[in-house]
Amino acid sequence: MAIYVILALDVLNGISSLFLLCLGLAIIFGMMKIINLAHGEFIMLGAYATVISANAGVNIWIAMLIVAPLFVGLVGLVIERCLIRFLYGRLVDSMLATWGLSLLIIGIITTIYGNTQQGVPTPLGGFSIGSYQSSYYTLFLAGMAIAMMALIYGVMRFTRLGLIARATMQNPAMAATLGVNPARVYMSTFAVGAAVTGLAGGLLAPVSGITPGMGGAYVAKTFMTVVGGGAAILSGTMSAASLFGAVNQIGAYFTTPVYGEVLVFTAAIVLIRLLPQGISGRFFKGNL
Amino acid sequence: MPVRFRFAAQAVAVVLAIIAIALIPGMIELFAVMQLTLFAAMAVLALSLAFIWGFGGILSFGQTAFFGLGGYAYAVAAINFQDSTPAILLAIVVPSLFAALLGYFIFFGRISDVYLGVITLTVTLILFNCLNSTSGDGYRIGKALLGGFNGIPSVPTFNVPFYPAEVLSPEQSWWTTAAALLAVFLLLRLLLALPAGRVIVAVRENEVRASLLGYDPRLVKLLTFILSGGIAGLAGALYVNWGAFVSPTIFSLSLSAEIIIWITVGGLGTLLGPIVGCVLIEYIVAYIGSQQALNSNLVLGAVLIVFVLLLPKGLVPTARDLLMRLVPAPKSKAQLADAQALPSAAPSHLAGAE
Repeated sequence: MAIYVILALDVLNGISSLFLLCLGLAIIFGMMKIINLAHGEFIMLGAYATVISANAGVNIWIAMLIVAPLFVGLVGLVIERCLIRFLYGRLVDSMLATWGLSLLIIGIITTIYGNTQQGVPTPLGGFSIGSYQSSYYTLFLAGMAIAMMALIYGVMRFTRLGLIARATMQNPAMAATLGVNPARVYMSTFAVGAAVTGLAGGLLAPVSGITPGMGGAYVAKTFMTVVGGGAAILSGTMSAASLFGAVNQIGAYFTTPVYGEVLVFTAAIVLIRLLPQGISGRFFKGNL
Repeated sequence: MPVRFRFAAQAVAVVLAIIAIALIPGMIELFAVMQLTLFAAMAVLALSLAFIWGFGGILSFGQTAFFGLGGYAYAVAAINFQDSTPAILLAIVVPSLFAALLGYFIFFGRISDVYLGVITLTVTLILFNCLNSTSGDGYRIGKALLGGFNGIPSVPTFNVPFYPAEVLSPEQSWWTTAAALLAVFLLLRLLLALPAGRVIVAVRENEVRASLLGYDPRLVKLLTFILSGGIAGLAGALYVNWGAFVSPTIFSLSLSAEIIIWITVGGLGTLLGPIVGCVLIEYIVAYIGSQQALNSNLVLGAVLIVFVLLLPKGLVPTARDLLMRLVPAPKSKAQLADAQALPSAAPSHLAGAE
């Protein structure tokens, strides 16, 4: 019995981390149709920001929840002004440029901090179910995933800011005639997406090994989840993250972690073949 | 410029290239020849993606899937047969078959752009993960141990066809690799000049119009994809011949990314550009690797960003445009020989290239 509780917790953990990791990419892709291939490096930057400030004596919670998103959000803002704004509407070029950006960021971080692994201790303790151990941090991650979902839903659905963002997403020309400045909306969207990604990086910093190349492990998985989820930011990403997260953990439980990954990739391919517009292109049309 | 001159110029270029290939080992030291062999093998890989991306409009993020399959097919077959002749054939056939399967799945499902990118990317990752977990004695094909992450060491290199004892020397390996590169280049050139090549470009330009004219875009894309897979497989065999070693890192994403960088730098929609870009970038990476002053990722990333923003057409088309401006009406043969350095796609081909 206890083993199933642990398995359920693992699945929950897989889903919530995947959701957190994908959210920033989904915001940028869903709103601006820009595939940010430097997404993994934004995660890495968030993790580095957390580790470095925590090791410098900043409280770990402040480092995770405030320093990481703030720093990566600022980086995103600079990148949008210097690079991305020239590439709107050029999907392939934007992918290439962000790929170049990802290499550049890896290079910079390697040059500064060296190609070594960093880490911070996991806050919160553990608890045991039967003879198995689990940590409260898993539950905290799930809570953060739900909180982020609620926050983004609330902002997008109930505030004027969200209204402007959604309007620009649907029809930039029409929004512009009504007095919205789409360039500015895109700029802030990119910065918000980057900040959310930085937060994910910060949150995962205590539970993952942090190296300059760590982003590579995430970029394919998040890319595939966001595209599999389709254009709707929340419902699409949530459904795809649930599907892939669950497949991954359950597959890993019954076989090996390697085949768990392989199963996810296979599931992604089949999903895209069956639903070429992503899950939300079929089931949650027009939702957030 | 007149078609006749262009043709003559291209013929001169091919002859010059053959002479250069033949003479190079006598002029430079062995290490440099080995390095050039590697560049030539990579250039074949660059051509395989340049063809489907530049002319077929299919951006595959997983060209290394075919490259790696070709490498593994060659390694396993060469160990089992102890003769590279059937191994090279298998290195072309296996990735082609895989491309046929995958391509059928993709194109007959009408999957395009981003989604195609995701699928090719994930297929590469699947192959990487699967081969990575094949360590142990249980995983063997015939006499060849797959070896998991450590890969397959001491793969037999090329020999004279059907004479397993006559292993090629490094110079002969260079001739073979460079000749393969030239042959692939000319094959693609020829194909693009034929009506079939026009159909491929037509499908890239406008799928609906092409299908209204009676061509099946799905089939055209599938065949393009298969050809490209076969070429990438050949590149894999050439690469394994160069290093006598193959490991799962052959499927790595960073190599996939590098091919895309070569093409962006050299010029999308040309065949010469990717070769130039490949040799240039590979040389820079090798040079940085020997210097240790700068991180190669840093330089590659900066180069890619600069090209996408400032020189999106790439080196070869930009150089051609400049030359065309300098030489409005070519008069002498000598000038033509210069201008032929850009024999690739006619400007009309470039029109729709991204």
